[in-house]
Amino acid sequence: MTRWVLRSVMALGLFFIYAPLLLVLVNSFNGDRTFGWPPHDFTTQWWSAAWHNGGARDALWTSVKAGLGATAIALVLGTMVAFAVQRFQFFGRDTVSLLIVLPIALPGIVTGIALDSAWRSVIAPLGLGKGLFSVIVGHATFCVVTVYNNVLARLRRSGVSFEEASADLGASPAQTFRYITFPMIRSALLAGGLLAFALSFDEIIVTTFTAGPGIQTLPIWIFNNLFRPNQAPVVNVVAAVLIVLSVLPVWLAQRVAGPEAGASRT
Amino acid sequence: MSVPAIALAGLRKSFGPVEAVAGIDLEIADGEFFSMLGPSGSGKTTVLRMIAGFERPTAGTVALSGRDVTELAPYERDVNTVFQDYALFPHLSVLENVEYGLKVRKVPRKERRARAEEALESVRLPGFGGRKPSAMSGGQRQRVALARALVNRPKVLLLDEPLGALDLKLREQMQVELKQIQRDVGITFVFVTHDQDEALTMSDRVAVFDAGRIAQVGTPEEVYEHPATPFVAGFVGTSNLLSGSAAHQILGREGTFSVRPEKIALAEEGAPGTVAEVIYAGPVTRYLVDLDAGARMVVMEQNRRTGKSHRGERVRLTWQAEHVIEIGANHAS
Repeated sequence: MTRWVLRSVMALGLFFIYAPLLLVLVNSFNGDRTFGWPPHDFTTQWWSAAWHNGGARDALWTSVKAGLGATAIALVLGTMVAFAVQRFQFFGRDTVSLLIVLPIALPGIVTGIALDSAWRSVIAPLGLGKGLFSVIVGHATFCVVTVYNNVLARLRRSGVSFEEASADLGASPAQTFRYITFPMIRSALLAGGLLAFALSFDEIIVTTFTAGPGIQTLPIWIFNNLFRPNQAPVVNVVAAVLIVLSVLPVWLAQRVAGPEAGASRT
Repeated sequence: MSVPAIALAGLRKSFGPVEAVAGIDLEIADGEFFSMLGPSGSGKTTVLRMIAGFERPTAGTVALSGRDVTELAPYERDVNTVFQDYALFPHLSVLENVEYGLKVRKVPRKERRARAEEALESVRLPGFGGRKPSAMSGGQRQRVALARALVNRPKVLLLDEPLGALDLKLREQMQVELKQIQRDVGITFVFVTHDQDEALTMSDRVAVFDAGRIAQVGTPEEVYEHPATPFVAGFVGTSNLLSGSAAHQILGREGTFSVRPEKIALAEEGAPGTVAEVIYAGPVTRYLVDLDAGARMVVMEQNRRTGKSHRGERVRLTWQAEHVIEIGANHAS
């Protein structure tokens, strides 16, 4: 009896999460401009319209650039902090760890406002106005967390004995990093990086506050075009693409982190 | 006398307020199988890590073949280590693990492949090169770790409780094999263990560690038959200590004395006492005997005679005068 209740609750939960997403996908092929339900005609007209929509393509490209930039920063900084926190004792270590993780919990609107005013009052006077770069920095603040967490977990599990063994066998610190440390954290970096990219790719609040004039990421483009009747069908297509592009990295990240992680210790 | 393979002088190591190694002077000869024996926390592993270069001494020096290496990093020292948990690289195959030391020293691929195969053969694992370490048993991994260290032909091989993770049968087998391998390659082995049997069976000499100091250095026989301190007597084998009034009544002498259990016999004559416990252990039986003079003695008797003494029985213990060893105080230096 309880089993049955639990199953129905789970089914209901999953239904509420995924049915609307499915609806977006179905509507992107719906021949009716007003999305009459149930759909009568099947059409790929909106897909081709979206493909030829310059605004959407530019926005996609901007999103990819922002995502790659934020991921690159996150990979470098997240890895370095993870090493510092795991391998060294220093004053304020726990505080640093908390400060790194905090941005993911902070409301995006707070991060956005803070970055906006910081950029205006400190960085813009130095000659660097808001643009794509400010978006990348904004995204990087919370993307660092995913890389940091993944790498930290891997370092905790593998300990220092492999690095000591490598040094003992005559490897210089650079050789140890290249042959031992990096291969052992590689899958953690990949998983963290993919998650970071996915986080950046669908971000809208921080982007709104940090984007310079003329910079439009895909989520922002969708938001701006959502209520224009002419654009609505195309928005459905773009949203469908966005779903796929967001799911893919997360799915990959899970696959990469799963089995490899289990085999990381002899 | 030739230059010792390892020379430690005034070696100390503190971790915060804790002094793990409190002044060690030691010379280990070339080609020697040397064991560092002691309970956990006695400083033996820390000494090993200072020889390897993983820990920097708080004071004192480490010299390898007469060269002071105290300030050198691990990768600049001509020693290799077999770690307690083996530390085989999980993402590399067995062969890649074994040839790692040669690879980072830029030995050409062909030569290092050949030497790695040869090393695997010497530890009786020919043809296992393609496997991942995770696909091997504990005993096999142990041999891979050994091959990975030996392939570099170091002057000194350090072994940090390498047999600790193996079950008893395998451990006894590996003890024999290690000794054979050491004789074959002729390099200095420094073997850290808390297992006295292991240290006594394999070593040319043993250093017994007590609280960061060396309590005694000697051949296994010297350490067992003539323990220098009560600690050594107690840690290496079971010992029966007689001191104070018990020593005075039974031996007629003042001081602390030790008699090993296997040197004592249950007899018609001798010191009277009562059997407190009978422990049957296959080939031998151990008796705990409370002497009337006020000391508990362990007696080990081979199970040759039929009919055992039983709990509560009155017995007499006897031993030969030469087996009574007078021992000094702990920390006598």
